[in-house]
Amino acid sequence: MVGITSYGAYIPRYRLLRKTIYDAMGWFNGATVSVAKGQKAVANYDEDSVTMAVAAAQDCLKGVTRDKIGGLSLSSTTVPYLERQNAAICSAALALRPDIRTADFGTSLKSGTTALLYACETVQAGGIESFLVCAADCRQGKPGSTLEHTLGDGAAAILVGKDDVVAELKGSYSLTRDIADYRRTDEDAFVRSWEERWIRDEGYGKTLMAAVQGFLKKYDIPIDAFAKVIIACPSSGAVRGIAKRLKIDPSQLQDNLMDNVGDTGSAMSLMGLVSALEEAKPGDKILVVSYGSGSDVLFFEATDKIETIRDRTGIKGHVNQWVELDKYTKYLVYRDLIPVEVGIRGEEMPPVRLSVMHREGSTMAALCGSRCKACGTPQYPKQHVCVNPDCGAVDQMEDYPFQDKIGRVKSFTRDNLAFSISPPAMYGLIDFEDGGRLHLDITDSELDQLDEGTPVKMGFRRRYADKRRGIYAYFWKAIPVNVEAKK
Amino acid sequence: MAKGIKNKTAIIGMGCTKFGEFWDKSADDLIVEACQEALRDAGIKVKDIDAAWWGAAVEDVSFGRSGVPLARALKLKNIPVTRVENYCATGTEAIRGACYAVASGACDVALAVGCEKLKDTGFGGLPDVGPGEEFKFYYPNFTAPGMFAQVANAYFRRYGLSREEGKRMLARVSWKSHQNGVMNPRAHLRVAPDLESMIAAPIIADPLSLFDCCGVSDGAAAAIVVRAEMAKDFRADPIYIKALQMSLTPGTGLMHQSWDCTHIHSTRIAGAKAYEEAGISVPREEISLMEVHDCFSINELITYECLGISPVGEARHDVEAGFFDLDGKIPCQSDGGLKCFGHPIGASGIRMAYEIYKQLQGKAEPEKRQIKKDLRLGLTHNLGGFPGSTVCSVALFGNEL
Repeated sequence: MVGITSYGAYIPRYRLLRKTIYDAMGWFNGATVSVAKGQKAVANYDEDSVTMAVAAAQDCLKGVTRDKIGGLSLSSTTVPYLERQNAAICSAALALRPDIRTADFGTSLKSGTTALLYACETVQAGGIESFLVCAADCRQGKPGSTLEHTLGDGAAAILVGKDDVVAELKGSYSLTRDIADYRRTDEDAFVRSWEERWIRDEGYGKTLMAAVQGFLKKYDIPIDAFAKVIIACPSSGAVRGIAKRLKIDPSQLQDNLMDNVGDTGSAMSLMGLVSALEEAKPGDKILVVSYGSGSDVLFFEATDKIETIRDRTGIKGHVNQWVELDKYTKYLVYRDLIPVEVGIRGEEMPPVRLSVMHREGSTMAALCGSRCKACGTPQYPKQHVCVNPDCGAVDQMEDYPFQDKIGRVKSFTRDNLAFSISPPAMYGLIDFEDGGRLHLDITDSELDQLDEGTPVKMGFRRRYADKRRGIYAYFWKAIPVNVEAKK
Repeated sequence: MAKGIKNKTAIIGMGCTKFGEFWDKSADDLIVEACQEALRDAGIKVKDIDAAWWGAAVEDVSFGRSGVPLARALKLKNIPVTRVENYCATGTEAIRGACYAVASGACDVALAVGCEKLKDTGFGGLPDVGPGEEFKFYYPNFTAPGMFAQVANAYFRRYGLSREEGKRMLARVSWKSHQNGVMNPRAHLRVAPDLESMIAAPIIADPLSLFDCCGVSDGAAAAIVVRAEMAKDFRADPIYIKALQMSLTPGTGLMHQSWDCTHIHSTRIAGAKAYEEAGISVPREEISLMEVHDCFSINELITYECLGISPVGEARHDVEAGFFDLDGKIPCQSDGGLKCFGHPIGASGIRMAYEIYKQLQGKAEPEKRQIKKDLRLGLTHNLGGFPGSTVCSVALFGNEL
């Protein structure tokens, strides 16, 4: 039996109300009033598809032995590097074994399900025992466009294997269809599209009908056998039309999260799948239908182990944990859509010595420190000489991971002088409950959330972008654990 | 067995420029001015100098590396010139080099000069300390105010101070320094704001606001030292060095939970070793005046405690009682301190010594700044790095053997 052995998801903390977008840009394109309802999830200034994929993977890998993972893929149309494998960056961040297979799947919104199918088939063929499929997107619509309203940011991670399968892959059906409904070339920052009505009829309508009908015919299975049907299509109207024609009952349809998260591109199908899995009961049949240059249809069946995985944050845990991004201009600045005065201090960007960064290895990539075998003190970064003033042992260290540990703020400041895209810069000393102290940036925190003792978890974030030299540098930051829900 | 430096060396001449924003002055201009005053004060010529120590921290801004910039500015002929740097303790580091050179008998007359042209960075506040991998890769993009602000937050919480109480306590520290600086023609900032406006000033790094943070500026200072037995050949009132101590943490404050974030360990150690070297047992009674590293008001406050003057956690009472005011028991920052001078890194430690030197001689300028009591022992405290990872120099000076 091959299928899903774990799952996780990630939705960024910020929500931009579509009304806020409309208040800023509705004067330019009044027609966007039709989509200016609800809100969309927006990545923080220090997040991108790579960091969101790592966050989803952290959720998926709770309690999983990472050494057993034999492959990782990242599906996204918005990866930061076009040459330098993004999946390898994720793999290093997650401290997976080096002798594994990694791959980036890109350029189509169905790349999430495509990767999931390949992962299942690879495990089935016996080459790899356990494969982690990540999908993430943070696509960008031009200011004043409808897409600016509908696109949202998010990620999902699915672990595929043979042992302790919680949802078995029972079948699939794929269609390929070259249609330029959405497109983006290597010179575009923004997604382009043709007329929405045409996409609804010719794109979604024809493709999804053909895909589902093809699947149902291949497997001779009635649609009403499925407890949940995930149609990863951002047009709720198109989905309703298709569901009606296919006789899918509204109660079977998985919420596509357009009202409160938005169109998460390559991640949409897998985020919908995670939503279904976190509620599924043993025996439930789940149909996942993706869209983008064709369609993949995947048929999963929950096993009697489905209820053993219920402690993931997943979609349920993220969808209501949010804070409003109160200004449209903040969104423009976080996305680097408008030039801002960073000042002379902000312009200082000494060259990054990539050979030094590389030498740091897991210390930087995975927040891996060392623990002194003589006195047991965890320390970061890795040391030769123990930092414990009562110890001082030399070269008696073993690797010690910090990325999965909870810490507490020991000292902190909100710094108006340090350059930050999102001032004030917040940082401080974090003391870990199991030992060790790190000096870290603090992100995803309201000003008044920070105090001595605030519990924090570790998150993989984009540290800075050196545009002049084409380097995005990643590191870990502290994130307060208890975010107050705001509706 | 090492016996220390007490009474082995003496300062026979010092110079100090005005500190400020000198758009029209280069490092050379400031170095020559400070050294000319020091040479006149010592009654010697440039050719009499046997060796020089040149303290300059941010070399990439204004003068470059090596001892060459100093030799070139003064036209020092073929003598050894060593550039030293130890973060903000650079100035005292230059004095240490000069003192040990003459004390060892390797030479007779040594010059210590410190200078910085920080206003050529183009922005306020210290520049990034350097693109070395340690800061850029592991640490947040931090500033000096941000690091000391963390100590302030931790101190308030540990000793049960409300934000209002804490900010008032810190403002009183800076208020006192401004009262002194306004009288000093060499100071950059010659204003004496009232306490309430200082408390209400804009926040730099919470909870520190504008008057809790010293500015950056340009300036230079110089000292000429000889062995103590020769000092009276040059002047009737040399100032003797009683102690020169330095202590660096192993940087573990930022990596090990043993540091409580409310004190500077290097200050405690350097202070204790300086007292031992000088033979002081009750610093609160025996020290006449101090110049401490008031880069941030919180640092001055905890320095009172770390130097064993005020009890730990209780410096607030001394501050509010005026213990450190100009007419208090131990006047501190009688020239206005870093607060009013700004902090040209290489020069600050020597500027501190300059004030102690002049006060101990009874020659503070103008006369109204002279502390009117029997002055015997002066202390300078010069701190570099950031809380948790610091280098601290403590020096003691006296006007008698």
